[in-house]
Amino acid sequence: MSELTQLGVKAIRDGVAAGTFTAREVAEACNEAVAAAAELNAFIVTTPERALEAAGRVDADRAAGRELGLMAGVPIGMKDLFATRGVQTTAASHILEGFVPQYESTVSSKLWDAGAGMLGKLNLDQFAMGSSNETSYFGNVSSPWRKRGSNAALAPGGSSGGSSAAISARLCPAATGTDTGGSIRQPAALTGICGIKPTYGRCSRWGIVAFASSLDQAGPMARSVEDCAIMLEAMAGFDPKDSTSLDMPVPNWSGALEASLAGKRVGIPREYRMEGTDPAILKSWDDGIAWLKDAGAEIVDISLPHTQYALPAYYIIAPAEASSNLARYDGVRYGLRDLPAGANLQDMYAATRAAGFGDEVKRRVLIGTYVLSAGFYDAYYTQAQKVRALVARDFQEAWAKCDVILAPTTPNAAFPLGEKLDDPLAMYLNDVFSVPASLAGLPAMSVPAGLDADGLPLGLQIIGKPFDEQGVLNAGLAIEQRAGFTAKPERWW
Amino acid sequence: MSTYRIHGATGEWEVVIGLEVHAQVTSNAKLFSGAATAFGAEPNSQVSLVDAAMPGMLPVLNRECIRQAVRTGMAIKAQINRWSRFDRKNYFYADLPQGYQISQLYHPLVGEGSLLIDADEKAGIPEDKVIGIERIHVEQDAGKLMHDQHPSMSYVDLNRSGVALMEIVSRPDMRSPAEAGAYVRKLRAILRYVGSCDGNMEEGSMRADVNVSVRKPGEPFGTRTETKNVNSVRFVMQTIEHEARRQVEVLEDGGTIVQETRLFDPGTGTTRSMRSKEDAHDYRYFPDPDLLPLELDQAFLDECLASLPELPDAKRQRYVEQLGLSAYNAAVLTAEVETARWFEALLLASAEAQGKPPAEVAKQAANWLLSELAGALNKAGHSLEDSPVSPERGAELLALMGKGTISGSIAKQVLETMLETGDAPGAIVEREGLKQESDTGAIEAAADAVLAANGDKVEQYRAGKQALFGFFVGQTMKAMQGKANPQVVNEVLKAKLG
Repeated sequence: MSELTQLGVKAIRDGVAAGTFTAREVAEACNEAVAAAAELNAFIVTTPERALEAAGRVDADRAAGRELGLMAGVPIGMKDLFATRGVQTTAASHILEGFVPQYESTVSSKLWDAGAGMLGKLNLDQFAMGSSNETSYFGNVSSPWRKRGSNAALAPGGSSGGSSAAISARLCPAATGTDTGGSIRQPAALTGICGIKPTYGRCSRWGIVAFASSLDQAGPMARSVEDCAIMLEAMAGFDPKDSTSLDMPVPNWSGALEASLAGKRVGIPREYRMEGTDPAILKSWDDGIAWLKDAGAEIVDISLPHTQYALPAYYIIAPAEASSNLARYDGVRYGLRDLPAGANLQDMYAATRAAGFGDEVKRRVLIGTYVLSAGFYDAYYTQAQKVRALVARDFQEAWAKCDVILAPTTPNAAFPLGEKLDDPLAMYLNDVFSVPASLAGLPAMSVPAGLDADGLPLGLQIIGKPFDEQGVLNAGLAIEQRAGFTAKPERWW
Repeated sequence: MSTYRIHGATGEWEVVIGLEVHAQVTSNAKLFSGAATAFGAEPNSQVSLVDAAMPGMLPVLNRECIRQAVRTGMAIKAQINRWSRFDRKNYFYADLPQGYQISQLYHPLVGEGSLLIDADEKAGIPEDKVIGIERIHVEQDAGKLMHDQHPSMSYVDLNRSGVALMEIVSRPDMRSPAEAGAYVRKLRAILRYVGSCDGNMEEGSMRADVNVSVRKPGEPFGTRTETKNVNSVRFVMQTIEHEARRQVEVLEDGGTIVQETRLFDPGTGTTRSMRSKEDAHDYRYFPDPDLLPLELDQAFLDECLASLPELPDAKRQRYVEQLGLSAYNAAVLTAEVETARWFEALLLASAEAQGKPPAEVAKQAANWLLSELAGALNKAGHSLEDSPVSPERGAELLALMGKGTISGSIAKQVLETMLETGDAPGAIVEREGLKQESDTGAIEAAADAVLAANGDKVEQYRAGKQALFGFFVGQTMKAMQGKANPQVVNEVLKAKLG
């Protein structure tokens, strides 16, 4: 494989700008890597011609002396939750199989405007519901990582599992992800890469297939903190088409990166020290604490007392919103239509949705429908909203004591495909550390911290104040510099 | 107190009525998308990606729709909620692309208000009555199914999908079909004054869900039924009449009324069951997470208030108190905003043309508009809205009368010509030589000729047959070709006949 596939966002952009190599060479190298990695099943569709077209434009711009964008010459993977004009957009579902949007999501069009090119649409858990990328209608994604001495296929995490697999396998330098309860951070942690979920509202949700509107947030995934910062700058920004979009300027995060944490206080939430957490995870957390202290930060003990209620509240709110958001997939206007002979409208709905949705999606639609129904609404939905407010208040109070919070991203390293598939609750527990920041709408990222005894990557999570992506990125950089994480999966595909 | 009663076998029953009126907000764009709202466009030609519920599409609130709903709330003196929120009402139907309607269940935009219906002795409303309005909330309309396009399939037209509606919910304060009719008419008038809804019931811009129950006077409310989407005042009244009678029959036969949704059949004037409470939808309302709560600031509210026009009740009072019009004329002139607008333009132009204050020409203008013009327009198949005669031309005609240039009967003739030709009244009078003759000499000559030619009748008159006076006036006028000043004719004849 070409050395070019080993480069990150910044290295490619700067190399193209400097004329060290052309954007076309990078696109060709990545297209080739993607084509050779079909076994990972990271992509639902590949669009090599799109990557080449975008590269061609960047090379022409450079030749003409025109200004180059933030992501000029960088080929990326696009999670198949983002609508892409003229390219099938499925949310990894059968019900949207063959659906080709006539519109481009705000985030993806910002990336194309910044000079990025599309290698293809990345696999994910169906409608972003899952933590292992096993709920996709288009098959599981295999993590490029394997346990030392084992050939068992591992989960790349989810829901952005195609993104995490493709980046860690060096198919692309970066990819988009979306995070509703941890779908950027958890797969990043399980595959040894970086990923940041910005403050809710930073990235427009327009054109992203909705899962849970009050939680969904797009973000970048890449192999370094700086690459994440650059790509986030290209993705973020106010969008009048999204009423929940933040009307704030986008800071120059990458330019303001600062690894010294002198004068900063890092909170360590005692409630995250949960029973059943892998000792290797706890060990990496201690390493992280030491690294941040070394970076000049003051370490403070904090309490987030409602942490244990966050996960149950999340698994009420997210399915409730999903049950409503997914009602539009009804076979009437687009996507799958299953119309049995003699069927009436109700029959068509039932047949279409039965055939078009996978088990996990059905499970969540059922849960959501149940918790919103008359007689149960107050006991579940209203109660969960109260918990959500309390979780947010926990953080609010913590900010009086600290500037960022350090915690594990996941309670365990990557698990074998199939291990948790029949036990939804065990699967849901994988989100236990990531969900609280989602409920509070806070920026949070995962950075690689090291390997466990089996040689599998572990991630550390940094949670920041609202709008303080900079503080999160800076702490991430401090860890990155000290963790010295250079491990990559050995190629078996 | 309404005395409307259903006379049943077991005695008299009182009818209790509440109305939920859906009024389409006047706005060029839909409530949450930029798509157009014109009536009668080609099916599916006014549908945005949002209206079609494409994946990843998001609603963005149209402030103009909110402004119109707030102004409507202010017009019924309602509480305006500075903090409100949108909820999703979830149900599946082919005309509802999102699978939910964005509405306001928990925190509506407009709270408690009221509306005055006017006494109408003939209709059985003995005195003015205040009808409570519980709330106005803003919501999206659904699309429309077309069942006549294909032998076995239904088609969907999404042009209406997402159009802004105000749902105006009354208290169960009405007690007769007449009161309900008066309520809908008054509400429609207010909406049209405010300009927040065109009130066009034929095009579906306004329709009512009619809640009806019956009880023995003095007893608690009975179980109600709701008849959906009734789209004219007459049908609202028919619905109530039929539904009340049906409920009395059921109850007197020992049955019970089930809470249910019913449909009105305009063909038969009856209602039939659509679905009962048992199979009612569970709408699973919850706050729409795609939208932030709606917060209104004082400047916005101030602008809404400042932009309100004078409303019918205030206008009517002013017409009586300041213009000296009769209560009846004032009521008729203010009932529809177009009539009031026309009248005020006429009044202004009249006052100017005659050099008098409006109060001095108001009665003349009102009488002419309501009797002469209305009658002539009606005969010619026109309404005030498409009148070929403008208020300014009308004022010219009134001025010609006021100055004695033409008589009232000539004015009628001139008006007819105006309607036919569109010419100015002055030009018509000039061209056709219709100027009124006040020259006593000419009139005296004509009167003398008439009296001389009708010696027998003069005898009879002098013998006491006073009624013949009119005959002499008529003959003299005829001789003058209608152009004589009738007052002078009267005086001359009186003098000559002694």
